[in-house]
Amino acid sequence: MRICGGEAWQAFEGEFIALWTDQTHAYALFRGEFLATAIVDGAYPALSPKHPGANWFERLALDLNGHRALGVTHGRTAIEHFRAPDGTAAWPEFASPAVEGVHQIAVGPIHAGIIEPGHFRFSVVGERVLTLQARLGYSHKGTLALMRGKSPRLAARFAARISGDSTVAHSLAFAQAAEAALQMAAPERAHYLRAIMAEIERMANHTSDVGAIAGDAGFAFLDARFAWHRESLCVAAQAAFGHRLMMDMVIPGGVAADIKPNGADYVRRALDALEVEMPGLTRVFEDYASLQDRLVGTGTIPPDLAARYAAGGYVGRASGRQSDARTDPGYPPYNAYELNIPVETDGDVAARIRVRIAELAESARLIRLFLEDLPEGAISVAPPSGSGFGLGVAESFRGPAWHWLKLDSGMITDAFVADPSTLHWPLVEHAATSGIVADFPLINKSINASYSGVDL
Amino acid sequence: MVWQTLARHLLTKPTMRRGPDQNMVAEMTRRLKEAGAARLGRSLAIRHVAAGSCNGCELELRATQNMIHDLTRYGLSFTPSRHADILLITGVAARNMADAVRQAREAMPEPVLVVAVGDCAVDGGVFKGSPAITGGAASILPVDLLIAGCPPTPGQIIEGLVALIEAHSPERLIVRDVG
Repeated sequence: MRICGGEAWQAFEGEFIALWTDQTHAYALFRGEFLATAIVDGAYPALSPKHPGANWFERLALDLNGHRALGVTHGRTAIEHFRAPDGTAAWPEFASPAVEGVHQIAVGPIHAGIIEPGHFRFSVVGERVLTLQARLGYSHKGTLALMRGKSPRLAARFAARISGDSTVAHSLAFAQAAEAALQMAAPERAHYLRAIMAEIERMANHTSDVGAIAGDAGFAFLDARFAWHRESLCVAAQAAFGHRLMMDMVIPGGVAADIKPNGADYVRRALDALEVEMPGLTRVFEDYASLQDRLVGTGTIPPDLAARYAAGGYVGRASGRQSDARTDPGYPPYNAYELNIPVETDGDVAARIRVRIAELAESARLIRLFLEDLPEGAISVAPPSGSGFGLGVAESFRGPAWHWLKLDSGMITDAFVADPSTLHWPLVEHAATSGIVADFPLINKSINASYSGVDL
Repeated sequence: MVWQTLARHLLTKPTMRRGPDQNMVAEMTRRLKEAGAARLGRSLAIRHVAAGSCNGCELELRATQNMIHDLTRYGLSFTPSRHADILLITGVAARNMADAVRQAREAMPEPVLVVAVGDCAVDGGVFKGSPAITGGAASILPVDLLIAGCPPTPGQIIEGLVALIEAHSPERLIVRDVG
């Protein structure tokens, strides 16, 4: 970490990843650089004029900690949009572009599907979407505040519930942050078990999301088959690790329980079943013109925009970004293996699906390798008491999840969590404007930004 | 090829049908009677509202609809409409969702059964005590059925819902009939 003055802070060129504050400093994480600047009179210099991705983080810093970013150009809130100081709850105002014939469509916070809450305000002319504003914060649970004053082992339960679909990845990033802060390492066997769980989680999400996108385009068959494979992966996770989503399995210092006897067989069988059916399912994606018509050229995120927002996961990789936290900065056991990272450049819904289908095969390959190479030995060590700060990262299915922890005598005094969705939501807002209202479910699902992971 | 498929399908059985826990049914019948609940039919539409979950419960709710768990064979289906019989709430009851949950309940025609799914909706779960939440669906609305678990498995969710149907079946619950 480098503490710098306000000017150097604002002038830093680099790939912006996250921004947050504690009582004394504002912190900014860039690729390969970690900066801090002092907070003066409850304010710090804004980074969003130079790094648009900082925008949402600055709103979070204001709503969570009351710290203002000086020089911001936006006036939107992340969490606290409902109550005026006198307690009244005025319905928020959304600006429409000044175009003839424009009107607004309000969706949410209660959505039609079985998904999380959020409010979308479309400004449209006819069917054409001119702007989309996403208002989130409905899932705000005070997660970061709950972590404070607890030991890393106890607070791991909150890390596991930042976003249920990436519970393993968030638990892993949290554990690595705690281990970095306490200058300890988990045993080697734990690294492998963590990676096996993380890859199962990636596959479970990829299968259900790819199927759901097809379902939205009228291909119920693909939806049903991919949902079946998700189910068989969840059943395998239950058989191998005792929980369908593998929640609370990754803990600071290692993993909570070893893989069960025969667990590996269940996992391998789920992979076999998927691998047998994948060529046929992929062909359906490629062969039907009516499906391709909905997916190709829809929700395009151009490579330069993906780069400006440092998009991660399949969102970045479908827009030409060769980024993957498993190799850059990298963490064990991945750094001992050669990874195939699929990259596409079209940046549309179809490209994101192609990347995710390619990642399914790669994850299956990695799981088999890790199961084969699984070393013997302990699965966890007790974290010692200690003070310091630590950064941890894990590649969740939607991109890198970063955790930052500050410990004092073994207790967490401050924490921050940057889900990749914090950088992806502005891209959802952008991608929606490339199409018509009816395309939005496809676009939204293809990016699948987390609500809970951003609302915290 | 066709014959092979046919033969294979003749030899496979549908997955096990889940029944309700009879103790749960008896207890729920008693509570519904006490509340003077109106009787609904056996085919119920469910409206889901997420009130501050981590989305783990949503994943498992969606899994109840897949071809393994097949929720529809119990007469239950999810609807994106206010014209539903069950209001199913997940999540901690985040303060930011309280108004929306209340409005969703008011928009539904009576009678309505309210079901809380997941530890968070039961009492706030691990987030209990956070100032950002009121903690549990019951902190916003009266709740008829709690399905605990973090998240509850699709099987547990279905067993809970089937118990709810069973508990207010005509043989058990003689109350005012609707339509």
